[in-house]
Amino acid sequence: MVSRREFLQASAAAAAIWGASGSANWGRLAAQQRLSQDDLLGRRTFGNVTLAHVTDIHAQTRPVWFREPEWNIGVGDFAGLPPHLTGKAMLDHYGVAPGSGQAYALAYPDFAALGQAYGRMGGMDRVATVLNAIRADRADAILLDGGDTWHGSMVSHLTRGQDMVEVMNHLGVDAMTSHWEWTFGQDRVHEVVAGLPFPFLGQNIYDAEWDEPEFDDYALFERGGTLVAVIGQAFPYMPIANPGWMFPDYSFGIRERRLQEVVNEVRAAGAGLVVVLSHNGFDVDRKLAGRVQGIDVILTGHTHDALPTPERVGQTLLIASGSHGKFVTRLDLDVRDGRLHDFRHDLIPVFSDIIVPDPDMAALIDRHRAPHKDALEEVLGTTESLLFRRGNFNGTWDDLICNAMLEERDAEIALSPGVRWGASLMPGDAITREAVFNVTAMTYGQCYRIEMTGEMLHTIMEDVADNLFNPDPYLQQGGDMVRVGGMGYTIDVSAPMGNRITGMHLIATGEALDPARNYSVAGWASVNEGTEGPQIWDVVEAHVRRHGTIRLDPNTSVTVRGV
Amino acid sequence: MLTRRQTLAVGAGGLAVTMLPAVGWSATADDIIAAFTGGATPGSDGIFLDVPEIAENGNTVPVGVNAPGAEEIIIVATDNPQPGVATFRFGEAAGSHSVSTRIRLGGTQDVVAVARMADGSFVQAAAEVKVTIGGCGG
Amino acid sequence: MSDVRPRIRAPRDAAAGSSVNIRTLISHPMESGTRRDSDGTLVPRQIINRFACTFNGRSVIDMDIEPGVSANPYIEFDAVVDESGTFEFTWYDDDGTVYSATHEIAVS
Repeated sequence: MVSRREFLQASAAAAAIWGASGSANWGRLAAQQRLSQDDLLGRRTFGNVTLAHVTDIHAQTRPVWFREPEWNIGVGDFAGLPPHLTGKAMLDHYGVAPGSGQAYALAYPDFAALGQAYGRMGGMDRVATVLNAIRADRADAILLDGGDTWHGSMVSHLTRGQDMVEVMNHLGVDAMTSHWEWTFGQDRVHEVVAGLPFPFLGQNIYDAEWDEPEFDDYALFERGGTLVAVIGQAFPYMPIANPGWMFPDYSFGIRERRLQEVVNEVRAAGAGLVVVLSHNGFDVDRKLAGRVQGIDVILTGHTHDALPTPERVGQTLLIASGSHGKFVTRLDLDVRDGRLHDFRHDLIPVFSDIIVPDPDMAALIDRHRAPHKDALEEVLGTTESLLFRRGNFNGTWDDLICNAMLEERDAEIALSPGVRWGASLMPGDAITREAVFNVTAMTYGQCYRIEMTGEMLHTIMEDVADNLFNPDPYLQQGGDMVRVGGMGYTIDVSAPMGNRITGMHLIATGEALDPARNYSVAGWASVNEGTEGPQIWDVVEAHVRRHGTIRLDPNTSVTVRGV
Repeated sequence: MLTRRQTLAVGAGGLAVTMLPAVGWSATADDIIAAFTGGATPGSDGIFLDVPEIAENGNTVPVGVNAPGAEEIIIVATDNPQPGVATFRFGEAAGSHSVSTRIRLGGTQDVVAVARMADGSFVQAAAEVKVTIGGCGG
Repeated sequence: MSDVRPRIRAPRDAAAGSSVNIRTLISHPMESGTRRDSDGTLVPRQIINRFACTFNGRSVIDMDIEPGVSANPYIEFDAVVDESGTFEFTWYDDDGTVYSATHEIAVS
């Protein structure tokens, strides 16, 4: 196994690499308009095994704006550790210069202004170019997809993920794991998986009736004279966080003990490198890394964190590769004599104006967009404000969605799910139908309107808050706080469940919520089967069309304590 | 008065847990355990309880218990309206003193297993299982 | 009840003296007696209240079951086998019906 000393050496070597060729400098170079594709993809093959990791693309085939969070609170033992550093604290921690391209890619400050200089990020045609460059260095690099791939856009919604399936096949994925894929229903998952040219991994996906593993636990790859084991870990909380009725035959869970057995099994089979391709979320993986022995690398996902250097827990490296196609991780590893000796890591930013699109992939993407082009690009209105979602509490996109529900459904209070996906729009951007789908596309998007008492609302808020701020990472589901319209509240994130949420009040009147009174509540993304109402994207579209121009004031309805 | 059951049934993307409403009288968890142990204080060694951290579905929560040398084991869901869940008696052809089943939990609570050993002593293990509305995973 | 169906997963053969894992499922709604239907009427209790397994007539496990056990009761346990023979499984319904299943195992 790798000793602490070796890890420190590796770290120093990695720092030298970054200093010499890429990450530390690409921001400044970009600012000087001298950043080139070669700067981003510079060749520096190391060791004998190369992993490439993408995750949480959320079906974004084209470059997007994506503002990283201002609020990403850590609790318990992991408070103050990455990825719970945001803004200036994050830039300081990693030695990133404010205003640099790296700062723009990794953190929220000055996002709208920096976006003008650095442009959109991602696009699967650019990601293809990155992969081509990696494979030019090491032809047998292993490309691993952490899931949340098929879902999240209008085209993928209309094609039930088919566009992304073909994009990822073309990209040459070697294995994937899953989460939102299941929201197309278990039959669709079966249909796609039957045709995939690579394994759909999940050591923790069991049939619900007999509790037996239903998918491949791991895949083995011969690379550079060593055996590489990639173990899949699907999102553990599928039937809780998403509608279980869409995949009733399956059970998930962390299944830590089973994971240890699988690690032992692949080690016994001769694996010199053990990789977990995970959709647990970062803090779940940080805890897991301290409890399951024998994992060299966890490729994390789900929580959408982008970390410019790996975190380490014992002998395990934790890699976080961002979301929405903004980054590709390249990890070069020196594996000899059955163990990992050293590594080089690079979080490659996919600056779409710098990296040249791969023409074949661009054509494939266009082919899937073509039948829907007019509908996708139809302009519904304009935004004067930056629209973003990511963060523990309401983003401006959420405010817009909540306002739409309050007005279009004539409700006093609106509830919108705290998902972490959804591309941003810059001030002055047109709001297209595609942009609305980028923050709403969902197979259970019905916007319901019901009566709820103040007490019921409090119970819901407490329950969701505990799923986010419970000090035990294994009890965190990795979403963000439910977004609220028409109502303000105070949250003490360090209080125990049942005592976090106080001061719930109607914004319109300032009056405190009466536990016994009924309130009209509009919301969407209910996990209950048979929820009725118009689709949320139609609600938002009607609202945007009616207003024409969207401008949102800063949201001061949530007061956060206990950080 | 609003029950948690009603809240869960309509929650924001609520989990469709069919809770067991508190209808009629039933013994408390403490009563059930005391009746089983005859009032003896159970030890804590030699019994292992396996439950998930979070119930995927409060209607069917896997529970495993292993108590080497046990003759009889009870499982109690402390906050269910009817806390008693099951009693297992191992026979002469038992291959272990381990058993698994699936139980209903009407909310976040402790699940307790108590075993009566061959020498008449008792051992007990407890673990909390969270039952949540869920719905915001992203 | 018409739709009750027991199922067993257990090995067909084993070495003498070894412990074998046995898993059982029976499709049954396990009506708790506290659920109300859409009219608000209490649905009468009807559960499987006892389960037993024997091997060649000797008890493996005997289980008393309350309404807190989930619908479609799943029970997993181990049995030690020292000779070839037959497992007999019995489920007792509140309505007096007794459901049974058997499983043969060859021991060498």
